[in-house]
Amino acid sequence: MSFIDLSKNEVQCKIVYYGPGRGGKTTNLLYLHQAMTEAVRGKMVTIDTKGDRTLFFDFLPLALGKIQGLSIKIQLYTVPGQVMYNATRKLVLKGVDGIVFVADSLKVQKEKNVESLENLRQNLAEDNLDIKEVPLVLQFNKRDLGGSNIPILTVEEMEEDMNSELQVPWFSGSALKGDGVFETLREISKRTVKYVSRKLLSR
Amino acid sequence: MDLVLSKEAIDNIINVLDEDLLRGGADCVLLVDRSGNLIVNRGDPANLDVVALAALSAANFGATAEIAKLIGEDDFALLFHKGKNENIHFTKVGKGFILITLFGKEVSLGLIRLNTAKVTETLIPILGGEQ
Repeated sequence: MSFIDLSKNEVQCKIVYYGPGRGGKTTNLLYLHQAMTEAVRGKMVTIDTKGDRTLFFDFLPLALGKIQGLSIKIQLYTVPGQVMYNATRKLVLKGVDGIVFVADSLKVQKEKNVESLENLRQNLAEDNLDIKEVPLVLQFNKRDLGGSNIPILTVEEMEEDMNSELQVPWFSGSALKGDGVFETLREISKRTVKYVSRKLLSR
Repeated sequence: MDLVLSKEAIDNIINVLDEDLLRGGADCVLLVDRSGNLIVNRGDPANLDVVALAALSAANFGATAEIAKLIGEDDFALLFHKGKNENIHFTKVGKGFILITLFGKEVSLGLIRLNTAKVTETLIPILGGEQ
């Protein structure tokens, strides 16, 4: 749920990074946190287990400047990708305004990607949201593994698996190296702000 | 469900928080929504990351609501965490908001509970009823 404060001329939106476990959602946020200046980003909060898996969520607030005199504040969240943490994912999705689906390019993760996207569709539906209406961008992560001896999916296969019906923008990425991270954020922010302002105008 | 608050509504909220909670001894008061947006913060939040506090509080409230369901309740209306010097009190405001009050050891919990109950009643109509 976005919040518009007319006394400060400020709009706050919530963007959630979703996707299968170990796909690179947290790495996306970590890269943004490292690459942005303190004037733009707030403090990153992460709640993880002793290993490197997200237990509850990561959180990174950003101030993205002004559009038509309105300051845009975006709050980025990640969800835990592991199948068993669905209750937590539902909590983090509450009030979502835009979603980045981080898909894993590893061949062995082919089914996990599709399962996770289906899980997103169901969780949104439980909250009366349609996956085709909420702003959504796909990121095909770990493309830097192409050319290594680890088998990866082709971009065409990933599009076929996840985007044949949705037809949303997608980006090749390597969250570890930062490739595609800003492009993904730029696109989802643009779409989210547009979506929120359209909802406002129809009130 | 999006929330748009006019300057007048924000001023009303600020007045209520200042009058009933800050003057009653609270150090800092935040109103947040259950998706983690910070709506208003008042008091002296020196060195306090209020944006992170808002997000974590919403998550904390969500997690305890799941505990509530396990014991046959829909939700808990309030939560309280006691520290050595600083305490934090969370109250549900309507269905969609949380009032967070930080207060020191010299202020009694009973007084905070009394004041937050009063503030909650006043805030619900300003926030558009039982959202």
